[in-house]
Amino acid sequence: MSTAPVPSSPAPGGPAARAVDLVKVYGEGDTAVTALDRVSVEFDRGRFTAIMGPSGSGKSTLMHVCAGLDSATSGTVYIGDVDLTTLKDNDLTRLRRDAVGFVFQAFNLVPTLSALENITLPMDIAGRKPDQEWVDAVIDTIGLRDRLRNRPSQLSGGQQQRVAAARALASRPQIVFADEPTGNLDSRAGAEVLEFLRRSVDDFGQTIVMVTHDPTAASYADHVLFLADGQIVDTMDDPTADRVLDRMKGFDGKGRRS
Amino acid sequence: MLRSAWRSLLHHKLRLILSGVAIVLGVGFVVGTLIFTDTLNSTFTNLFADTTSDVIVTPEQAVDGRGFAGTVATMPAAVLDQVRAVDGVAKAGGQVLVNGVSIVDRKGEVLGTTGAPAFGSNWDDDEDLTPFRLIEGRGPAAPEEVAIDSVSAEKADYAVGDTIPLVTPQGPLDASLVGVFRYGTSGNLAGATIASFSTPYAQELLLGGEDAFTEVDAVAAEGVTQEALATAVRAALGEGLRVQTGTEAADEATAQLTEGLAFINIFLLVFAGIALFVGTFIILNTFSMLVAQRSRELALLRALGATRGQVMRSLILEAVGVGLVGAVLGILVGVGVAYGLQGLFAAVGAEIPTEGLVLLPRTIIVGLAIGVLVTVVAALVPAIRASRIAPMAALRDDAGLPVRSLRLRAVAGAILLVAGLAVMTVGASAGGSEGSQQVGIGVVVALIGAIVVSPAISGPLVRILGFAFPRLFGTVGSLAVQNAERQPRRTAATASALMIGLALVSALTIFATSAKTSITVVIDRVVGAEFLVSNDTREPFAPQVAADLEAVPGVAGVAGVQIVPALADGTPGPLIAADPDALGQMITLPFSSGSLAAIGGSGTAVDEQTATDAGVGMGDSVSITLPNGAVLEYTVAGLYDPAGAYSGYVVNRASLVAAGLDVGDSFVYVRADQGADLAALQESLTAALADIPTVQVRSQAEFKEQITSNVDQLLLVMVMLLSLAILIAILGIVNTLVLSVVERTREIGMLRAVGALRRQIRWMVVLEAFVIAVFGAVIGLVLGVWFAVALQRTLVDQGIEVLDIPWLGLLMFLVLAGVVGVLAALWPAFRAGRLNVLQAISTE
Repeated sequence: MSTAPVPSSPAPGGPAARAVDLVKVYGEGDTAVTALDRVSVEFDRGRFTAIMGPSGSGKSTLMHVCAGLDSATSGTVYIGDVDLTTLKDNDLTRLRRDAVGFVFQAFNLVPTLSALENITLPMDIAGRKPDQEWVDAVIDTIGLRDRLRNRPSQLSGGQQQRVAAARALASRPQIVFADEPTGNLDSRAGAEVLEFLRRSVDDFGQTIVMVTHDPTAASYADHVLFLADGQIVDTMDDPTADRVLDRMKGFDGKGRRS
Repeated sequence: MLRSAWRSLLHHKLRLILSGVAIVLGVGFVVGTLIFTDTLNSTFTNLFADTTSDVIVTPEQAVDGRGFAGTVATMPAAVLDQVRAVDGVAKAGGQVLVNGVSIVDRKGEVLGTTGAPAFGSNWDDDEDLTPFRLIEGRGPAAPEEVAIDSVSAEKADYAVGDTIPLVTPQGPLDASLVGVFRYGTSGNLAGATIASFSTPYAQELLLGGEDAFTEVDAVAAEGVTQEALATAVRAALGEGLRVQTGTEAADEATAQLTEGLAFINIFLLVFAGIALFVGTFIILNTFSMLVAQRSRELALLRALGATRGQVMRSLILEAVGVGLVGAVLGILVGVGVAYGLQGLFAAVGAEIPTEGLVLLPRTIIVGLAIGVLVTVVAALVPAIRASRIAPMAALRDDAGLPVRSLRLRAVAGAILLVAGLAVMTVGASAGGSEGSQQVGIGVVVALIGAIVVSPAISGPLVRILGFAFPRLFGTVGSLAVQNAERQPRRTAATASALMIGLALVSALTIFATSAKTSITVVIDRVVGAEFLVSNDTREPFAPQVAADLEAVPGVAGVAGVQIVPALADGTPGPLIAADPDALGQMITLPFSSGSLAAIGGSGTAVDEQTATDAGVGMGDSVSITLPNGAVLEYTVAGLYDPAGAYSGYVVNRASLVAAGLDVGDSFVYVRADQGADLAALQESLTAALADIPTVQVRSQAEFKEQITSNVDQLLLVMVMLLSLAILIAILGIVNTLVLSVVERTREIGMLRAVGALRRQIRWMVVLEAFVIAVFGAVIGLVLGVWFAVALQRTLVDQGIEVLDIPWLGLLMFLVLAGVVGVLAALWPAFRAGRLNVLQAISTE
């Protein structure tokens, strides 16, 4: 893998990540559950995509497989031009480290490291010098410059998630995956995180894929994918919270609950 | 709640195993020690059970000659007739039993365990009067006929009809083997050998031809009690004889033995205590972690209405369960440990022949009690803490046990540590037995202090030890150091096991090295003789040997030295008897006043320590009681500085001979001619002694080596025993790491998600273990050095006059500790690296 930072903009054509005929089956025989049923999807560069769907629709699985955290049963996943399904664990790990950013719902930060150390963690693990100018720009955007020396336990939940988002961006990944990043936050703190994600798309041309079940969160995206029963059932451009909510209501009866 | 405790036990199998292992090892070592010592005791008790008849008559001894060979107390054969004439005696027999007849095998080596007696005896066909049971051939009846014990016959592969070489006090002898006998019912001789001769021949060989016995045994007639018979015999015999009932004699022998074995018992139990102590830490540690991890589960129970007491009881029940299982397995392991100890002692030449291990009910009860009690006590602290968790606090995400300040511990620990070290230092400068006691107390207090204070210093010390990690290993290195710092209590508790082990091992090693160097220094300073001739069985040998050696060309002079048990003004101690002029040629004692030559015929030279203790000075008179009852008056004619083993009263041998005591030489110094070829001379000396395989010629260097190798052997046994504590320490590290990996599952998953390779995660765990292990080792080594210095200072007067610290060896211990840490981390690191990223992230 290349260790040079991958420029995220301007987009040199082609999607940042795509999946073709993705199938993910958990378990075997009678107990087998199909989480993804021949899903094909493209995540365009410089766009903010939200994946929505009821619990058990396969939205988290889609994200995990696309991000190289989980393997597909069949089908292929590309990040840039790299076919993830052909990679061994070490190469996959390096790809995650260098080309992918993550924001999880919780427990994003290493408690023993300061906010700044957490932000530069992927680059430190790689033994690479962070691009200081870029890191500074990201830090200014999250607006936590005065808290950089603090440990995670000294930060509020919203601040922690913003640090996590800054970490995801700091290594200039080709794509950032966010898994319910506001799930544990109150609405104000959630809005701060979402605004930051939005700005990183608008200002830095970052590609972001976010899994959420919150219509308000989805309204920050450029584009929404609706999943149900392991399939993409609908898409929506320029979503608003109300339109997303309306669309979601349509699934309530049909979607599996788990 | 009972069900909840039980479920929790079954649910956390890994945790069960981890804390169980610590208990198993702790209990295992205690039980193993008990089994071993019980076996030892029963081995020797059986020995005496076989030997007793109803009444036993022995000569009254002026001096307790135990531990000294060659001083045989006898009674005239007439005593036997007197006993036979006593009313109520059915029959009586006279015994001759003397330590000093070695059986030599076909390879020319002496049979029997080193240090165990090699008996020569007379033969009696009456099985009521002796413990010998003929199993092959016949009893010896003529001179140069011998019967030997079945164990020796089997070992040397001798059969009736063979001619076998013996070494007797009269010199070597080729005897014809006419019989093989079993000793008592068990045949157990505890490593000793017996060669038996016809009574007149035994008296000739062993008692210098005197018609005498060492013991007269009587069997009571029908209806006569032992006590009644003893009273009757006592009345019939004159002064100077000791009459005991069989039971009394057996009890006395057993009591003496127990006293002798007490040292081994205490020694082993101390190690068992250390093992258990270290094990307790691990259990405490484990339970603290288990409770911390389950704080949410416990809080849920509290929220659902469980009382504080119920939570505590559930945890304690869990501890009882783990303790029981661990104790039962520990008892099984203990049997293995006992076998191991037997093997260990056999490996260093102290073989303990047994017919099987002795497992007393007491041992099982002690094992179970220790296992359960220790586990419950160890679980009590975290259980109390857990019961204090407020239900709602624990249900929140970041719930954990309340972190308490380390300040109190730091202060208390520092006070204990300083107090311990101070007491040690005071004891060291005081010296003597009181000083050693103070040093011992100081060591214990300092160790406890170090354990208490270690969490407070673990943070800074770990940072110092791991300062190069970030540069060497990058982020992984700094994460490892931070992880080790994160839980100072846990890090310290984990390291403390290694700390205790290494403190003791390094102290012993330094002490042993100092002892060896001191011995060498003292011998260099004192001994001028080039060769030392001594008997490996520690038996004295005939003065003829010294005469033969003096005749060897190239020998400038010889000096035979007798070591005799004696009482000096009533105080027991060894008496050194030699020709003062000859001895003066061989050794140089540092005299502060007087000299060896000044002893003359009726003077004595004594070391200043002994003189001070006895309150005698130059020109004072000392009365010395010899084993044969003779009391001699000597005038102090010389005072010298005690130098290691060279201490005590030195007298002219001629004065002993004049008093009727001549037991042969304990050893002989040989001085070579100036410029003689020493190697060639040693060969000629050895050749001159060729027919006495038990007597060895050693050059000064070999003599030193013989002594220092004894020290090494002792050190080896102790280090091997202590290595068990270190084994437990390793398990403690494994334990801590596995649990902290479990605890940090989510964090590790996150690190993996953002790009940490499996290899990097493994390194992180390994480095954490390394730094914890080295932390423990560093404190342990520092304490060990201090302990050893104090101990050496205390024993300067006992001859440990040089402090010799083997720095290279200590460095190796440090490296070894690091290796131990890495090894302990392998499995947890492997587990951590293998964690499934997704599952790790979503773990609750």
